[in-house]
Amino acid sequence: MTDQPLSAQNETQSAPPSRLRRALDSDLYYAFRRSPVAMVSAAVSLLLILSAVFAPLIATTNPFDPTSLNLMNGFTPPMTPNAFTGESFLLGTDDQGRDVFSTILYGMRISLFVGFSAVLFAVILGIFLGLLAGYFGGWIDSFIMRTADVQLTFPSILVAMLIFGIAKGITPIEHRDQMAIWVLILAIGLSDWVQFARVVRGATLVEKNKDYVSAARLIGRRPSAIMLRHILPNILSPVLVIATISLALAIIAEATLSFLGVGAPPTQPSLGTLIRIGQGYLFSGEWWILFFPACTLLALALSVNMLGDWLRDVLNPRLK
Amino acid sequence: MKKTSHILAVAALLASTVVANAETLKWARAGDALTLDPHSQNEGPSHTMRHQMYEPLIIRDTSGAFVPTLATDWAPKADNPNVWVFNLRQGVKFHDGADFTAEDVVFSFERAKQPNSDMKELIGSITAVRAVGDHTVEIETDGPNPILPSNLTNLFMMDKGWTEANNTVNVQDFEGGEITFATTNVNGTGAYRLVSREPDVKTVMVRNEEYWGRNDFPMEVSEIVYTPIQNAATRVAALLSGEINFLQDMPVQDLARVDGADGLTVKQAPQNRVIFFGMNQGANDLEADNVDGKNPLADVRVRKAMSMAINRDAIRQVVMRGQSQPAGMIAPPFVNGWTAAMDGESSTDLEGAKALMAEAGYGDGFSIRLDCPNDRYINDEAICQAAVGMLGQIGITVNLDAIPKAQHFPKITDSKTDFYMLGWGVPTYDSEYIFNFLVHGRESDIGTWNGTGFNNADINAKIKSLASNTDLDARNADIAAIWRVVQDEQLYIPIHHQVLNWGMSEGVGIEVDPEDQPRVKYFTMN
Amino acid sequence: MLPFILKRVFQSILVLVVTGAIAFSMFTFVGDPIDNMLGQERTMEDVERLRTQLGLDRPVPVQYFKFLNEAAKGNFGVSYRQGREVSEIIMERAPATLELAALSAIFAVVMGIALGVFTAIRRDGFAANFIMSASLIGVSLPTFLIGILLIYLFSVELGWLPSFGRGEVTQIGGWTTGFLTESGLKALILPAITLGLYQMTLIMRLVRSEMLEVLRQDYIRFARARGLSNRVINYRHALKNTMVPVITVIGLQLGAIIAFAIITETVFQWPGLGLLFINAIQFVDIPVMAAYLMMISVMFVVINLLVDILYAFIDPRLRVSAK
Repeated sequence: MTDQPLSAQNETQSAPPSRLRRALDSDLYYAFRRSPVAMVSAAVSLLLILSAVFAPLIATTNPFDPTSLNLMNGFTPPMTPNAFTGESFLLGTDDQGRDVFSTILYGMRISLFVGFSAVLFAVILGIFLGLLAGYFGGWIDSFIMRTADVQLTFPSILVAMLIFGIAKGITPIEHRDQMAIWVLILAIGLSDWVQFARVVRGATLVEKNKDYVSAARLIGRRPSAIMLRHILPNILSPVLVIATISLALAIIAEATLSFLGVGAPPTQPSLGTLIRIGQGYLFSGEWWILFFPACTLLALALSVNMLGDWLRDVLNPRLK
Repeated sequence: MKKTSHILAVAALLASTVVANAETLKWARAGDALTLDPHSQNEGPSHTMRHQMYEPLIIRDTSGAFVPTLATDWAPKADNPNVWVFNLRQGVKFHDGADFTAEDVVFSFERAKQPNSDMKELIGSITAVRAVGDHTVEIETDGPNPILPSNLTNLFMMDKGWTEANNTVNVQDFEGGEITFATTNVNGTGAYRLVSREPDVKTVMVRNEEYWGRNDFPMEVSEIVYTPIQNAATRVAALLSGEINFLQDMPVQDLARVDGADGLTVKQAPQNRVIFFGMNQGANDLEADNVDGKNPLADVRVRKAMSMAINRDAIRQVVMRGQSQPAGMIAPPFVNGWTAAMDGESSTDLEGAKALMAEAGYGDGFSIRLDCPNDRYINDEAICQAAVGMLGQIGITVNLDAIPKAQHFPKITDSKTDFYMLGWGVPTYDSEYIFNFLVHGRESDIGTWNGTGFNNADINAKIKSLASNTDLDARNADIAAIWRVVQDEQLYIPIHHQVLNWGMSEGVGIEVDPEDQPRVKYFTMN
Repeated sequence: MLPFILKRVFQSILVLVVTGAIAFSMFTFVGDPIDNMLGQERTMEDVERLRTQLGLDRPVPVQYFKFLNEAAKGNFGVSYRQGREVSEIIMERAPATLELAALSAIFAVVMGIALGVFTAIRRDGFAANFIMSASLIGVSLPTFLIGILLIYLFSVELGWLPSFGRGEVTQIGGWTTGFLTESGLKALILPAITLGLYQMTLIMRLVRSEMLEVLRQDYIRFARARGLSNRVINYRHALKNTMVPVITVIGLQLGAIIAFAIITETVFQWPGLGLLFINAIQFVDIPVMAAYLMMISVMFVVINLLVDILYAFIDPRLRVSAK
């Protein structure tokens, strides 16, 4: 990941960034067209993401609006009329009488929002700190990497609980409902930045001693320009790979945190919260409350993971 | 550590000798006893554990009636209404062989009155306990106390000699983190002896063959292995797979599955516990609402409307799967002062509720936060969630904050919540207990769980007078009058009385106890 | 070399102090232990008395300093929940977690390396592709769900393996082991798989990609050209050379296994440190939470330190640039 053949180095560096990106794109696209796995997982991811984005248009009910719910609809099996109300639902209803299909769409929205935001947060923070650490070295490096150690010390669960507690203490009461989601983003993002920072730092350490960086420094470019224009493009591939896999991890981390009771609130459930609720009905025969959200989560995480896998194989030329 | 290995060796020995009719009760529930010290921690699961090994003078049966245990009979003294006389059972021995005498009773009461004792509030009226001969004690109170026996059903008797010899006369300072000999060792008169104990992991007990009632009770369980299992699904799985044969704290959704499983059965009974919502009517303005300068909950019409919006039947039907009884008052049916009429006073009437809201000037509704525990009562979070939807129907936007009990309860006791869920059980079977904690205005040592801000001098005085009123009819009239005010003020929104469910193998025979206190000596094993 | 190590040690201690501060400050936010400890029948006087007794009325920095001071002596105080020395409780619970973690780690390492090598050698074979895909399913479901599904299948439906606890344990000195009885061994299987699955996948993928990497190096090509057998090439040369990064990752993952045992132990009611910690959170048992966090921190920091030193020995370039 760190050493690229010198010839490739010179080649990519001699081209302006825009052409480099275009070349990368077409390379990717070519490989993409040749891989059925990649195409299928991309299609599934896209389908799920789109249906989450357009949930209000697709869903038959709005499960987040408590006044629209009828408790008597609770535990209706899929495509079977409810004994009291006579209503029927495609994937059945959960313990509160929410339509499982609609709830999954809305829940996926929250899961994806949390996942994307957390990864974005981690990527930005990780790249920034990794570049700083790698480029400047010295006490900045020590400080950042020791902070990373502290960060690693706390599993994401503990980080989430810590942040949750603090956030609860400082957010005004009327905003608490929305707080949970931001806390999740912050918690998952914070526990994730370290790996980006480490990769970026490692790559930077190697890159900064290369001739082209020395040359850029000699002609008087500012460190920030060197980092952003010269070093960053060279480390984007590993970052992209890790980010994709992190997205899947973040979605699962959200589910785990919900299991431990630090996740999205039950009135606005994410996929993870739905699974936590559903697992209580595993033995009692109401399988649909667990099964459909779990399958959705599996499909989502799996397709994103496979995409990440494929990306890694493609973007890591040594494995070709 | 060394002690445990000794005990384990003894256990192994015992296990090999009683193979003859070895019936093991493999018992699980959600949580563990906090300590074994009989007078520390007045708490349900802790008492459950102690009841197997220690005994009080009196216990209650499943109908709530008194059953003579270490006392055979008791009555107020003819010439002095301030004194109760208890005759003790003869021929009772502690696990170490020592005789149970009046001296031990006197000692146990003195111990239970120590500052560190968690039982002292229950016997606060007692001024002296005297031994009159070997098997009679007199208990003197600071005034006539007609309901004294009610307060003694969890007050366990210890052996004076053993306690002194092991230097454990002082009640463990639980909060200060003290450990004493009595925290981890037991010498009771009970039907089971302690073999080993790892808190939160496993506790093992064996049958006491020398028990005074060895032939009076079935006592068919020869060994008890008690394991707390927190995760509900795991708990049910353990019962379904036969790893345990007796389960408390059953999730209601799994009743049918367990009952339908081969060799398993579920037994149920109404529990002595009522679930309700409290509303802060006392504040001038609420912290967690969207109405400025006014407190909508201060208006009794709003409180009534909220109660009318709750569809208790739907909650019973769907959330509780029939395992609850809709409530109209915040006293369980076991309690003196409960009436069927008052318990039927809540009804669902959306139109009426909307009209009341409009009349009170809140036709457009308002928004408020509901604080709710998520690990305390049966389906607590789901009930709150259902209430959110129901209150939404009359325009009240409710934001739900469901959190663990450790964080929920301080909100109530510290007045940090305006709208909250709470459940209440009544170990004394008398309304006074409810009034003291939930109706009397909040002071340092009374009304501590009254988060409503309700504080009425007349009512307070009436509640205080209940303690020493010997005229039971007059006392009951006062109780009824207080309840009338509580009902008319809609001080609380009652939801339901919980129903208890115990899951077990078909071979296990036991009736469900309304206080959730199984006593293994009554168990039969086939 | 020595100054470098000393510097890292010093930094690590600093890290621990900071970690401790973070861990400790969190407790002021989690809830009030008093309510749990006193129950429903408490009075305001009880509350005040207890608050003073526990030192909870003093400012947080003062509480923290006291805590650090005692922690350095291995004294974490007394559990609010159990009324016993925290260090004693931890010693009692540690064997359960360590045995579980050890077995999970062995499972993860052995299976991970074996499957990693297999999928690398048979890169495009059907079986290799199947394993790669199956492993992805494993990491695409949350751990707690996998645990519950395993319980449902193997305990409830098939009745083969226990659903909770450690089974029968044997006491050897201060250590309790589940390795010596049949029920103890059976009880270990499901939790160990649940806990180790994720790490296994990680190791498998790492071994696979490192193997693929090494296999295309020149010296392997030369070896092949020299006519060495595939077996010798694959195991003696290729696998050996993939081991350095793999060992590093395994080292780091060992700590993660112990930390993530929290979830597995909750699902399987495994009487170890993770369950202890979750109980402590529910009861706001501050001394236990603090001790647990400090312990995990020490573990991670020590592992990190060792890895850093290891790196320095292996790769002098990094040592120079990280000076």
